[in-house]
Amino acid sequence: MKKLIDCEKGEKVKVAKLHANHDLKQRLISFGIMKDANIQVLEHAPRKKTIEVKVGKMRIALRAEEAELIEVKAL
Amino acid sequence: MNEHVKKCPIIANHIKVALVGQPNVGKSMLINSVSNAHLHVGNFSGVTVDKTEVLFDYKHYHFTVVDLPGTYAFTDYTIEERVTKEYLCAQDYDIIINVVDSTNLEKNLQLTAELFTMSKKMLIALNMSDEAQKEGIEVNAEYMSELLNVSCVKVSAAQKTGIEELINTVVKIYEEPKVDPKLIFSEAVEEEIQHIVSYLQKHKYEATNSYRNIAINLLKENKKTYETLHDDPIWIELQPILIEASQHVELHHDTDDIKEALAEEYASFNRGVVAEVVKVKKPIKEEKTLTERIDSLLIHPLYGIPIFLFLMWGLFQLTFVLGAVPMDWINLFFGWLGNAVGATIGNDDIRSLVVDGLIAGVGAVILFVPNIIILFVGIALLETTGYMSRVAFLLDGFFHKFGLHGQSFIPLVTGFGCSIPAYMSARILKNDRDRLLTLFIISFMSCGARLPVYVLFAGAFFNESIAGNVLFAIYITGAMLGLIAAKVLKMTAFKGADEPFVMEMPKYRLPSLKLVWHTVLSKTLMYLKKAGTFIAGATVLIWFLSNYPHNLELETSYAHKIEQAQSKQEKNKLTNELASKGLQQSYLGRIGKFSEPVFEPLGLDWRMAVALEAGLAAKEVVVSTLGVLYALGDNVSETTYSLKDAISKNISFASAVAFIVIIMVYLPCFAASVVFTREAGGIKYFFYLLAFTTITAYVLAYLAYHITLLLGY
Repeated sequence: MKKLIDCEKGEKVKVAKLHANHDLKQRLISFGIMKDANIQVLEHAPRKKTIEVKVGKMRIALRAEEAELIEVKAL
Repeated sequence: MNEHVKKCPIIANHIKVALVGQPNVGKSMLINSVSNAHLHVGNFSGVTVDKTEVLFDYKHYHFTVVDLPGTYAFTDYTIEERVTKEYLCAQDYDIIINVVDSTNLEKNLQLTAELFTMSKKMLIALNMSDEAQKEGIEVNAEYMSELLNVSCVKVSAAQKTGIEELINTVVKIYEEPKVDPKLIFSEAVEEEIQHIVSYLQKHKYEATNSYRNIAINLLKENKKTYETLHDDPIWIELQPILIEASQHVELHHDTDDIKEALAEEYASFNRGVVAEVVKVKKPIKEEKTLTERIDSLLIHPLYGIPIFLFLMWGLFQLTFVLGAVPMDWINLFFGWLGNAVGATIGNDDIRSLVVDGLIAGVGAVILFVPNIIILFVGIALLETTGYMSRVAFLLDGFFHKFGLHGQSFIPLVTGFGCSIPAYMSARILKNDRDRLLTLFIISFMSCGARLPVYVLFAGAFFNESIAGNVLFAIYITGAMLGLIAAKVLKMTAFKGADEPFVMEMPKYRLPSLKLVWHTVLSKTLMYLKKAGTFIAGATVLIWFLSNYPHNLELETSYAHKIEQAQSKQEKNKLTNELASKGLQQSYLGRIGKFSEPVFEPLGLDWRMAVALEAGLAAKEVVVSTLGVLYALGDNVSETTYSLKDAISKNISFASAVAFIVIIMVYLPCFAASVVFTREAGGIKYFFYLLAFTTITAYVLAYLAYHITLLLGY
């Protein structure tokens, strides 16, 4: 199982499943991070504590803990 | 509501519009373009987030447009989302204008799909159509209106195009009967909806909304719909049907969360709509956009943080250097005003009340206005350009260790200047718990008003050459205590799972001057109006406590002595003595004497206690109070007398350390406490802050005093 946090900078993947609890899931979904959404990793903050991803046209910052809960698969 | 009745006597011609959209779609700018005439812009505030209401007339209608805070979805995560959701569900309005960003339609339609279930008249404003055109994105508004069965109007708030058509459409929709928007789900879900609809049909359930709408709301687990149906006899039979329907939908989407399943449904519907109505002329270039190019510098793992620190340094230089200029003027003005007004009042008591109480108090409030304006212009610029999100991105890693949020940095650093704008700037934290925690530790960042106390004591006990380092050490220690306090609070009072950090990084935009001006103006006025009344009141109270009761005997005997005094020095000494004795027997002095036993374990006498208590009103008062109280000068000759000497002779080093520790940690001034209470959202938080800072200050001061004694100082 590959997680979003494991992706390299610039890598494009597809969301396979959200392993978050209900509230976080709603939060992620409201940003467009949901099953089958294409997602690209843009930037890592120092020591990969935070990552910046792109979903559709939107750029979103996520903490490593949250990126850990997003299962992805190759496009 | 009453106000509207007064302003718009003809209710029939009144259209109330709710403006809804995701953040960063240019809603605020649109409302400015729509109501260009600015007939009336009023603010009515929620907890801390404001809904802006604009009234204007067009043709033969009175319009009220309510600008609701931007929200991504109908959840309860941020205050904005809560305010918007509550307004849309509970308030009375006629039409929703859903503002969407034409360049990012698919994402924006996610909220639109949720609005469809509100069963209100609505239309979609395709904003930023000029930008879309530039990017080669063409949206077919007519086709889109047809597909969704909801009017879609192309507008550009920036270029002010399409505004008239938008208002005309609002009027048209208002005059015509309501139509149901089209929202088509996947076959599996449509089948379940049909089940519920046919059940409702069979039982001829009476409702104002369409059966389809009710069915969708039931599947969505909409509370209101549930409540309505729950009291109906058909509920008994409906419930099992509903449970089965939900299970089927969840199974179909391979999830145990019906909301997730429906969100996926909306998304695929929106993908379909966008594929139909949006044509991208230019092929999407792989070349980096402007935002990406700026980002590669500003959030660079190496340069990002230094660039940010430089910008912050610049902002603070501006705030406190530039702000000092008008502050001097304000100070001079109120000094002059006090004298001028004072000269016209004969009665001593009334003069003292007006000059020392009222004018001085109001002056103290207005004194902070330049700082607040500059700081808020800066913050508004950082926010509207989209840079603030980058800051949070960069700093979250460090601050998260202490249970704080990346954006906590701004209020905390502001706290070194003045706690009042710091509390106000904590609003940039969207999540309640993050914001509260930040509010609680802001006062650990020593504000500018505490500087004189530090300077005085550092000068009294240390050689001039190292006094500067001592000063720096005090500031750093305060900040570190703050971070530790945050960690402790996080592990105790704010315990629980970490709030997630999921945040949009908006496109960089040039700030709209009008918008910045509006934000700053309304925030400044709010500060003046709300805090001003409280602060003025408190200053009058402190004035009263330190001036009353009068001891006539004392005053006349001194007046006599002063008159007879030979030299100016002696006169000064006597005046100081009178002030000191007066203060001693005033209510404030009595409180100090009364509370002395509490301060004794910390090595503080009643004079230091009074200085600390006066500091609750304003930290600026601490030094002047000490000045008055130690002017007794028993063992100091007048010629060599200075407050520094008096302090180093009268106060032991250990007591001084304890005193400084208390100044560093205890409650910020009264004005700041008022602002804190308002920003935290309730008086109970003030008592929490009072208890937290007082206990922390007491314990730390106790430790500091005894450790210093043990070390042999």
